[in-house]
Amino acid sequence: MGEVKLIATTQSLFCTRVEWALKLKGVEYEYIEEDLRNKSPLLLEYNPVHKKVPVLVHHGKPIAESLPILEYIDETWKENPLLAEDPYQRTKARFWAQFVGDKCVFGAFEAACLAEGEEKMKAIESAQESLAFLEKQIEGKKYFGGEEIGFLDLAAGWIPHWLNVMEEAGGMKLLDAEKFPSLHEWAQNFIQIPLIRECIPPRDKLLEYFNASISYMRSLATS
Amino acid sequence: MANEVVLLDTWVSSFGMRVRIALAEKGIKYEYKEEDLRNKSDLLLKMNPVHKKIPVLIHNGKPVCESLIIVQYIDEVWNDSSPLLPADPYQRAQARFWADFIDAKVQSVTRRVWTTKGEEQEAAKKEYFETFKILEGELGDKPYFGGETFGFVDIALVTLYSWFYVYESFGNFSMEAEFPKIMTWVKRCMQKESVAKTLPDQKKVYGLVVDLRKKLGLD
Repeated sequence: MGEVKLIATTQSLFCTRVEWALKLKGVEYEYIEEDLRNKSPLLLEYNPVHKKVPVLVHHGKPIAESLPILEYIDETWKENPLLAEDPYQRTKARFWAQFVGDKCVFGAFEAACLAEGEEKMKAIESAQESLAFLEKQIEGKKYFGGEEIGFLDLAAGWIPHWLNVMEEAGGMKLLDAEKFPSLHEWAQNFIQIPLIRECIPPRDKLLEYFNASISYMRSLATS
Repeated sequence: MANEVVLLDTWVSSFGMRVRIALAEKGIKYEYKEEDLRNKSDLLLKMNPVHKKIPVLIHNGKPVCESLIIVQYIDEVWNDSSPLLPADPYQRAQARFWADFIDAKVQSVTRRVWTTKGEEQEAAKKEYFETFKILEGELGDKPYFGGETFGFVDIALVTLYSWFYVYESFGNFSMEAEFPKIMTWVKRCMQKESVAKTLPDQKKVYGLVVDLRKKLGLD
């Protein structure tokens, strides 16, 4: 079906969700690791606007931004559809994917970067309000996609692993199993899926990465 | 089944305008409800509990939120005429990329141009210019962002035209002088009834902003 390349970095949750989609569809691809402190001419050529990963390259043509990439993958390779046929279901998935896949990620990271204190507590509260919405969406379902994982599962897939590490590095607890039992259960089920598990970065390296990012952000705040 | 369509919106919202253009392009009849954002209706809070924002499209009692998601929904449900997104998956991905760029970069920087002063405003202006330069580059010599036909990215951006006078006045620059290609594209879009009838008069928007700035303590 044409040559597929993925320009990515191991630690990035935005990149892993693309890998999950490709593997789910049985698409063969070449993985190109990018060094974001020393961006390659390839990345600058393929994503001149944002200069970020992930970038999917298919037939030599680049696509950037993880959620548009997921939709492209779903429209191009028809096995294991990520989005439902029904427009309203698709729309719900898109809405929640934007919410959990973008807004919640930065909310959680913001909470992690704040030092102990009132501001941090407020940020944690705000992040938990977001998780409460998600809890309602997953209640009574095995996956967001139903019996099989879908678009929203991939967009929310950062929660079982990346959020867990952010919590440790940031000294906070967001995904409280008592407050969010259904979401917690979904997270356990999701991360056990072999093709999901095989793409996630090693925990120790991810912890190192978040420790460094959070230290840096905290140092900026006090300078 | 009756097709009941309600739109919760405010006349001045460049996000809401996107939905109104899409509805007009498809010839969809709907009930418009103007929201007072300082006193949000129970209906709005019920239909958009997550963000509590407009626009919200309510189709047969079911809410759809986030303007670009609403436009895609409209395109997928009323799919028998006037397609708003391209048919080709690669072109669709490009359309989604640029719509995302407009929301992530353009919408945030434009607000700062009229709500800040001094150094902060100079920085905002610089970013505004860089952003529109990128957009001009993407438009190139095409009649519309999507190519030959008016579509998703055009809808995402053209609604800001009603706010250009605000940016020009408070930012002290001219869109025509700085971005002639964008202005040519704007004029082309304004030839379309769906756009011309939806976009409010620039002076009316400016009047509202003058009041808003006073309330925000900027003037």
